[in-house]
Formats: sequence, structure tokens, C-alpha cells
Amino acid sequence: MVQKNVWYTKDHEWVSVEGDTATVGISDHAQAALGDITFVDLPKPGKVVKAHDSLAVIESVKAASDVYAPVGGTVCAANDTLGAAPETINQAPLGEGWLCKLKPFDAAGLAALMTAEQYEAFLAES
Amino acid sequence: MTHEPMRTPLYDAHVKLGARMVDFSGWMMPIQYDGIIAEHHRTRTDVTMFDTCHMGRFRVAGPGSGEAINRLVTAELSTLKDGQCRYGFLLREDGGILDDLIVYRFDAEHWMIVVNAGTLPKDREWIRSRLPAGVMFEDASSRMAKLDVQGPKAFAKTAEVLGVDAASLGYFRFRTFDYGGEAIVSRTGYTGEKGVELYVDATRIVELWDRFLAAGVKPAGLGARDTLRLEAGLPLYGHELSEDITPVEAGLERYLTKASAYIGSDVVRQRREQGPAKRLTGFRIEGRQAARAGQTVLVNNRPVGIVTSGSFAPTLQVAIGFAMVEMALAAPGTPVQVDTGRNCLDAVLVNPPFYKAG
Repeated sequence: MVQKNVWYTKDHEWVSVEGDTATVGISDHAQAALGDITFVDLPKPGKVVKAHDSLAVIESVKAASDVYAPVGGTVCAANDTLGAAPETINQAPLGEGWLCKLKPFDAAGLAALMTAEQYEAFLAES
Repeated sequence: MTHEPMRTPLYDAHVKLGARMVDFSGWMMPIQYDGIIAEHHRTRTDVTMFDTCHMGRFRVAGPGSGEAINRLVTAELSTLKDGQCRYGFLLREDGGILDDLIVYRFDAEHWMIVVNAGTLPKDREWIRSRLPAGVMFEDASSRMAKLDVQGPKAFAKTAEVLGVDAASLGYFRFRTFDYGGEAIVSRTGYTGEKGVELYVDATRIVELWDRFLAAGVKPAGLGARDTLRLEAGLPLYGHELSEDITPVEAGLERYLTKASAYIGSDVVRQRREQGPAKRLTGFRIEGRQAARAGQTVLVNNRPVGIVTSGSFAPTLQVAIGFAMVEMALAAPGTPVQVDTGRNCLDAVLVNPPFYKAG
């Protein structure tokens, strides 16, 4: 289940773009690997990140995992519904389980990422 | 020389069901099947089964066997009735906890001791070498298999599958029955729910598992086993219990009522008289972010303890845990902080259990 018009990182984050806003989340593969997600530590609007900076921390029952910024940018929104319902990430990782939005963001950074097809191939060979 | 992890007789069954397997104390065990939280809730509202074959089962028999075991464990065995079992600890001479365990009395000369998987070899050598001549010891851990069936429907499913009435057993009572050989059903468990622990011949465990599956009982893994026992306030050896402490530091004095001597009893008595320097306590975080074992507990920015277990609690919907805290600060109601390394979590000390079955 890998969408189009989305770019992926080797760390299983996805970023989708609409105009000057980038939305970031984790892939279906990542949510399955994490197991039941119990808490998400989201960034505050205004936070500035470079590509590969820690953007959020996702906790599952057994462990905590960093989510890294796929591209640089400024956080403009975080998905507040995840506070009471972090399991949304497990249920809809590519949709309602989005983590945060970046505006502005570094569009040039997308060139370094994988397309959906490339990410599928990457998963198949690991 | 590296050892391959061991497999229980149910290993193939777990793999067939798509379980995520991990090395637990040298055994390849299922952490989860369809999800830790789903398995946790199913245990509290319905019924699940746990492969616990990796745990140790020792049979001790012969004249004087009861008295011999009684000198090794904290549990008072002289008042046990046939078909009764009791929780206690195996201590070193200095009071350090070698393991927590349950001793079963079949009759005056037939006993079973059930121990943890990780401590099995240590316990076996400790116990066997301290039994007098004439007392028979058998490590029956491979010969017998163990399956925990837990939850409000556990008794009904046990009756349906085995024709065995567990509902009429008192808590910490057991009976034997025939299942291709000697089998045992005990009203014990590690989840805080009603349920049973079943012991059958290892050659029959796969069939028994399949029969429970066919009766609609789903399996639960070690991930849910941990969240369930934590909510129930039950200690885990290697976390709350270790050789570095006595049961007094673990806050488990209610299991130390025996007047007669056992290995470690002198130190236990002294420790109770003097009072321990630190004490195990529960804590509750008003939030979902978990504290984890090894993190520091602070009061007014001063380190006063260490977390021994911590997790999000699916039934309570907040994070809870155990911590070993300086005695003077270990009272329930004390506000503390836990340093996660990323941030400090506000918590309050509470006496376990965190959850009690309705």
C-alpha cells in the first residue's frame, strides 16, 4: 500500500507536497514494524529543522523511535488529534495519521528522496 | 561458543500464526500476534492463552521432601494442603533473591516448584544441591508443557476443551486430571484476571493448543503478558526482583510470614527490624508517555530512585511503572519526576495494583 505523489526516505518517512506545504508521516511498513503506537511527541509550530533532524518521537508499547525530517523546513502545524488517539498512525499512516506540516520547506531536498515505486523496490530488497 | 535460542514445542504454531518472535532469556518466544494492545484487552474482556513452556518445572518427591523445600524458600509450606500452592522466593544466604516461584503440594511427599525461564539453570542447581539424600529431584521442564489460559471466559473455555472444572477451584488451588498422562490445572496466573495455568505432557501440548484455537481462544504474546502483569502490580524477576535486594526492599513482606528458618531468613529478619534503605513502589504518570527501566526518579531535582519497569498501560490509558526509591520518599502520594533523557515526566507514587479485575 504505497501512494503516488509522495516521496519516501530510507528511514520510512513519507512527505507529500501541496503548493508550499509539505506534510510528513511514516509509512505503512514503519507503523507495522513499530506495533501499537501509544504516544507521539510532536514538534511545536515554529520549530525549524534541517533534513535528517529529529522531528518527532513515536512511542510504541515496547520502544521509542525517532522520526526524521525528510527535508528541511519550518513546522507550521502538528496533528493534535494524535494526542488522544495515537493509534490513528497505525490505522491510517498515509492519511489521518499524518504527523506535521512544514511551510516553508526545502523543495530541492525532495530530489534526494525515493519515489513511491523506488520505495516499494527498496522494501522488497531489504 | 554461542547458543542458538531454544524453542518450545509450540514454536511452529506461533510462526504459523504470524507471531513476531524474539529471543527472551534464550528462548524464541512470541512477542505479539495481532498486536499487544488487542491481546491485552482481549485478556481482560474475553480469554487468551499464553505459551509458558519456557518456564521451569521441578518435581521433588520422597520422605522429607516437603521439609527440605521448606528450608529453601520463604513460603510457609507446612500449612499447605494437598492440591494447594503458594508463592514465595528462593533466597541466597545474604537474603538476595535468586527467583520468585510457586510451590505446589500434591501430597506430603510430592511437590512441584515452578520457576522463571531465565533463572531455570541457576535455580535447578541451587535446589538440587541442597536436597538431602533420599529426596528425588527431577527437572520436568522438557517432559511437561505449560499453557496459561486467562480472562473472564478462561474457566468456561477450559471446561469446554478439557471437561475440567476450574471455576470451583479456590485461588492458588489445583487439581490433577488425565490428558494422555498426568495433567494439572491450577487457579494461578500472571495477568490479574481469573484464569488457569495448565500443565500437560509435552507430547500433547500442540494438540491442546489446537483445541483451544478451535474453541475460539486466541493466543497472546509476551508483550501483552508484560502490560497485563504490570497493571496487576506483579513483579518481574530481573526488573523488580534481583539478587541485589531482599523481598523486604521489594515491598513483599506479606510473603515473609514463616517463623521457621530458611536460607536467608536471618538477613530478612534483620532487614525488617532495621528497615530497608530503599523500597519498591508503583508510580502513575498522568499522560501516555512511558517511563522505562533504568530511568532516574527525582524529587526536587534530586535523584532518589530508579525505574525498574515502565510502560503505557492499555486498560488504564496512562503510563505506569515500578521504581526502587529511597525509603523516606517512597510513600504513596509523593509527587516525583522521571527523567526520560528527552524530558522530565511528572508522576505520583502509588501502591500497586494499578488495576483490579471487576
